[in-house]
Amino acid sequence: MIPISYYLLLSAILFSIGVFGTMIKRNMVTIFMCIELMLNAVNLSFVAFARYHSLIDGQVFVFFVMAVAAAEAAVGLGIIVALFRNRQTLNVDEADLMKW
Amino acid sequence: MELAIFLILSMIGIASALNILIQRHPIYSALSLILTFLSLAGIYIQMQAEFIAVMQVVIYTGAIMVLFVFVIMLLNVKAEERVPNKLIGMRYVGIPLSLLLVTALGLNIFQSFSGQTLRVSDVSTSGLTGNTQSIGKLLYTQYTLPFEVTSILLLVGIVGAIIMAKKEL
Amino acid sequence: MMTSLTIEVGKVLLVLIGVLNLAAVLTWMERKQSAVMQDRIGANRASILGFRAFGLFQVLADSIKMFAKEDFVPPMGNRFLHTLAPFVSAFFALIGFAAIPFGNVIHLFGKDISLQVIDLNVGILYVFATMSLGIYGVVLAGWSSNNNYAFLGGMRGSSQMFSYEITIGTTILGVLMIFESLSLQTIVQAQGELLWGFIPKWGVVVQPIGCLLFLVAGIAETKRVPFDLPEGESEIIGYFVEYSSMKFGLFMLTDFVETILIASLVTTLFFGGWQIPYLMRDGFHFPGGFTVSLSGTSVSLLQVLSYCVKVFFFCWFLLLVRWTLPRFRYDQLMRLGWKMVFPISILNLLATSLLVLLLR
Repeated sequence: MIPISYYLLLSAILFSIGVFGTMIKRNMVTIFMCIELMLNAVNLSFVAFARYHSLIDGQVFVFFVMAVAAAEAAVGLGIIVALFRNRQTLNVDEADLMKW
Repeated sequence: MELAIFLILSMIGIASALNILIQRHPIYSALSLILTFLSLAGIYIQMQAEFIAVMQVVIYTGAIMVLFVFVIMLLNVKAEERVPNKLIGMRYVGIPLSLLLVTALGLNIFQSFSGQTLRVSDVSTSGLTGNTQSIGKLLYTQYTLPFEVTSILLLVGIVGAIIMAKKEL
Repeated sequence: MMTSLTIEVGKVLLVLIGVLNLAAVLTWMERKQSAVMQDRIGANRASILGFRAFGLFQVLADSIKMFAKEDFVPPMGNRFLHTLAPFVSAFFALIGFAAIPFGNVIHLFGKDISLQVIDLNVGILYVFATMSLGIYGVVLAGWSSNNNYAFLGGMRGSSQMFSYEITIGTTILGVLMIFESLSLQTIVQAQGELLWGFIPKWGVVVQPIGCLLFLVAGIAETKRVPFDLPEGESEIIGYFVEYSSMKFGLFMLTDFVETILIASLVTTLFFGGWQIPYLMRDGFHFPGGFTVSLSGTSVSLLQVLSYCVKVFFFCWFLLLVRWTLPRFRYDQLMRLGWKMVFPISILNLLATSLLVLLLR
């Protein structure tokens, strides 16, 4: 018997680590990985709530999140490859052409 | 016993998630992220969400992270050098802010759900046995439209990836 | 509590030791078979006190050589990942066997023992997941060696495994639709039924195209000839070019363990697993009304034997394919994977789902 708050706390910690990572990391690929981590933290709370309410709908949502994450990874990594080909760097600070 | 397994798995998850931030080379970050995903899969199995657990392994570790590792290796990314960070303050603002986020979320969680336990061990009361079947049923009845839209999203993803990665069309 | 734990550990050890020993025997079998097919004598020199046993001691000699060799890590490579890669490869190849049933429930020592390490209700997906994790070993080995040939091999290997995994997934879906379960034990039990009273409802009968595609994709997944582009002995030595001693040995072992995994998956999904046609719980029931009654234990043992024979047959078959067919070119391999095998498997899936819908 594990209190649901443990699962939610784990999810919150992982989410915050993801947020922190997107803030401090300068490497595009690592930032992207931190975003994946945040998605996973949300998935965990979805599954925990599905279990808590004895409803399967939460798990269906996780399924959708996974599909979105897969599409996102494909396109995002495509963008990273294209950017690297043009600028030879993965540092996000260098990609500032669109700044004013 | 259950709690011990959960604590071990979550410790592994949190430690490897922190390792993503500590490591300077993206390949190590990717490998620790894989470890986080695997420990989450273990937690899903503990919550008797076997289908989600296996999908977590197949989709996240088996497909998405392979793509990440692929890209890191193909681009031959070097470790992050300690360049003067344009947003140098981020680190010092970031730590308190994320600690604040954790405490806020944690406080909220403990206020709303204190003493409520997950009915993990009793299978019979919940309708969650035959997990895969019930997910499939829901997907094809209640969530048909989102399911179909997901397939379109994946198609868009395929087309987008090809257009982005191809040198000239 | 204690006895059940002993039984579980015993099953794990049985499967592990069985697989590892079969893999070791396969290394010898491969040499011997190639020798027979090429009209040579083959490995037969290793002997203990003049006793040769058809060269079976070659396996022993090989492993001693592997352990005694110098373990070399390329100086410009990544030491940690270079060491990690072979272990990742071997580990994920081995844990897949946990969900594969090698026999029906057997009644021994006053207990019902299911002859399967763990009966997951998502068993087939679990095996699929471990197969997809095997890519990491290849990728990491190729990259950490800091050698362009190894890197090329790793890239080839991973993209090949990636491409053919999709076909494996789609062919598995066809089987799932017919047997309506994800648990491998249930799938095997469902294959004991008879169609029209005399044809066993094996996967190969109801999914003939799926079986063929699975075999093709499975051979590609093990990265053996005719799909051995990642190794490509004559051009790039492959992702393990910088490996020596037992680390290389682990890659070689993984190769054979994956062969056994594919053989046992083909057996389980398409050739009835441990089922013997017309063998029920109490003996043979032939269609003509002729019966042979057998005791429960001997039936169970016969079933385990039939599973082993089938797996051995498919291992032999995969070795036969290896020494018969010439190698593909890389673009041919990709074209075969994406433009032929994959669309056919999708069509097969469509036809299967249509038939299942109409016949229910």
